[in-house]
Amino acid sequence: MSLQFSETSEQRIEETLKRYPTKQAALLPVFWIAQEQFGWISQETIELIARRLDLSPAHIYGVATFYTMLLKKPAGKYHLQVCRTLPCALMGCDSLIGYLKERLGIEEGETTDDKKFTLTTVECLASCGTGPAMMVNEKYYENLTCERAEEILKELK
Amino acid sequence: MMDLVLTKNFTTPNAYQVEVYEKTGGYQSLRKAFGMKPTEVIEEVKKSGLRGRGGAGFPAGMKWGFVPQNTGKPIYLCINADESEPGTFKDRAILEKDPHRLIEGSILCSYAIGCHTAYLYIRGEFDLPRRRLEEAIQEAYQKGYLGKNILGAGYNLDLYLHRGAGAYICGEETALLESLEGKRGYPRIKPPFPAVQGLFGCPTVINNVETLSALPYIIERGAEAYKKIGTEKSPGTKLFSVCGPVKKPGVYEVPLGLPLRTLLREQAGGLQDGKVLKAVVPGGSSVPVLTAQEVEQVNLDYESLQAAGSLLGSGGFIVIDEGYCMVRALTNLAHFYSHESCGQCSPCREGTGWSYQILKRMEAGRGEERDIDLLLDIGRKMSGATICVLADALAMPIASYIAKFRHEFEYHVREKKCLFP
Ligand SMILES: Cc1cc2nc3c(=O)[nH]c(=O)nc-3n(C[C@H](O)[C@H](O)[C@H](O)COP(=O)(O)O)c2cc1C
Ligand code: SF4
Ligand code: FES
Repeated sequence: MSLQFSETSEQRIEETLKRYPTKQAALLPVFWIAQEQFGWISQETIELIARRLDLSPAHIYGVATFYTMLLKKPAGKYHLQVCRTLPCALMGCDSLIGYLKERLGIEEGETTDDKKFTLTTVECLASCGTGPAMMVNEKYYENLTCERAEEILKELK
Repeated sequence: MMDLVLTKNFTTPNAYQVEVYEKTGGYQSLRKAFGMKPTEVIEEVKKSGLRGRGGAGFPAGMKWGFVPQNTGKPIYLCINADESEPGTFKDRAILEKDPHRLIEGSILCSYAIGCHTAYLYIRGEFDLPRRRLEEAIQEAYQKGYLGKNILGAGYNLDLYLHRGAGAYICGEETALLESLEGKRGYPRIKPPFPAVQGLFGCPTVINNVETLSALPYIIERGAEAYKKIGTEKSPGTKLFSVCGPVKKPGVYEVPLGLPLRTLLREQAGGLQDGKVLKAVVPGGSSVPVLTAQEVEQVNLDYESLQAAGSLLGSGGFIVIDEGYCMVRALTNLAHFYSHESCGQCSPCREGTGWSYQILKRMEAGRGEERDIDLLLDIGRKMSGATICVLADALAMPIASYIAKFRHEFEYHVREKKCLFP
């Protein structure tokens, strides 16, 4: 059976469509709804959205690849997104990233074998005054040190 | 004591809740505005001299005045909460601590320009700010500040949150519009300007979070009170975010015109113990860098910084100390801008990527004699040759870092290693 939106997702899509004069404008909100339901944006998801919003799959694919937060492959249970931009670099994010890579035994963009952690480096999170900063799923962690990162990893069950 | 225009509620507990905001005088300026004609609101904002706080510093009232009122098309307001310029984290403070001030400001602007649908475009990463805003918008609807027949004044306005998905370029106003329309965030060629042909082809105003948040004060207290703060050409207060190795990094509201050294020493507490100031990037990462010596001489207003060869930009201050390598700093920024280039214009797409490759090589001790001039040449060819100014946003740092810290670049090339191991 092909992929389908859940009832909740479908309701949210209906609500969203009322806010815009065109269906296309609902594309980013619908991406978010889809990503929440399916975890990432697969080819099937793209085709599902295409049918729902009357857009071409090629357009949707083009948009999905433009935005870094729309996942083109599944991520682990915890997605660690560490800021690597200058203000965080001034405060030592390089050693933090190095530490996480070694601790998790993966490179940037990879997921641990047990599918628990994905490590990504990202550009400025607007936490520059409390850097180094990282996002774990939706949550921000700031003023990080390697020790603090270790504690956080242990808290993430 | 100077009046706090933007941060007066930052120390009030739970100011993000509507009842608390109302107790601090919140939503009173809305009542006042509804007693004025929309054109009178625009006049008042023009008189205040308020300039856009998103980076370019364009006078807000003047921008609103460009919106044609007779096209028969809807008029839109887009609230720019995409805040992604490295070093800038001031809008986030408003979104988290005082979202109703932004909502009230957005209603004031919408009323002035004749807008009945406003979209708040918020960067996808902002989770707490988004939840605060969602709640605040709901509260505002319940209290009758949004929706139909607001406060019985016969004026309708819907405000919707629109979540970005991770792309710095979507902070650029026309890219923001494309993104809102469900496309890749490709900046548009201007003209036509958004005021005339913006969202869905309709007249549109795009303003930054901080700009709109200044409006409740301006309407409540009047343009004259606002103009008493700041300098003649840069009136009012501004939020500055300070980061890097200072004792108290953070967001500070100060009157425009304050000496930069005062911001660094008094508000930010000076450098961390044992660190010596080398340079400051004053307006978010894309503006020309200032040396420690220049820092002593400039004031925080649009004119002073321009006279010093830099820009006030978004007011994001990045402090760099003597122990940090300028080649390394520039390499990091080149990575940022090449990653964030939307790729439409070849000078930007190729220029940012090529600069990054050269700098990365230089940083790793594999630089060549001709690289420094090559970088300058690439920068020159990028600037002014593209659809938006993202290309300039790297070209300006390249030119200024090399002009002011050339010896560090030469050292890398000559010694094949970094000055700061
Ligand atoms: C590459 C680029 C990125 C930008 N990013 C932002 C941003 O994150 N937030 C913002 O408010 N303005 C940003 N701007 C400025 C906007 O294009 C626009 O000038 C601003 O939103 C207008 O609002 P204002 O007049 O209130 O400042 C950016 C501009 C460029 C060229
Ligand atoms: S200058 Fe760069 S970011 Fe701006 S439109 Fe051209 S390619 Fe895109
Ligand atoms: S540079 Fe890391 S949050 Fe801004």
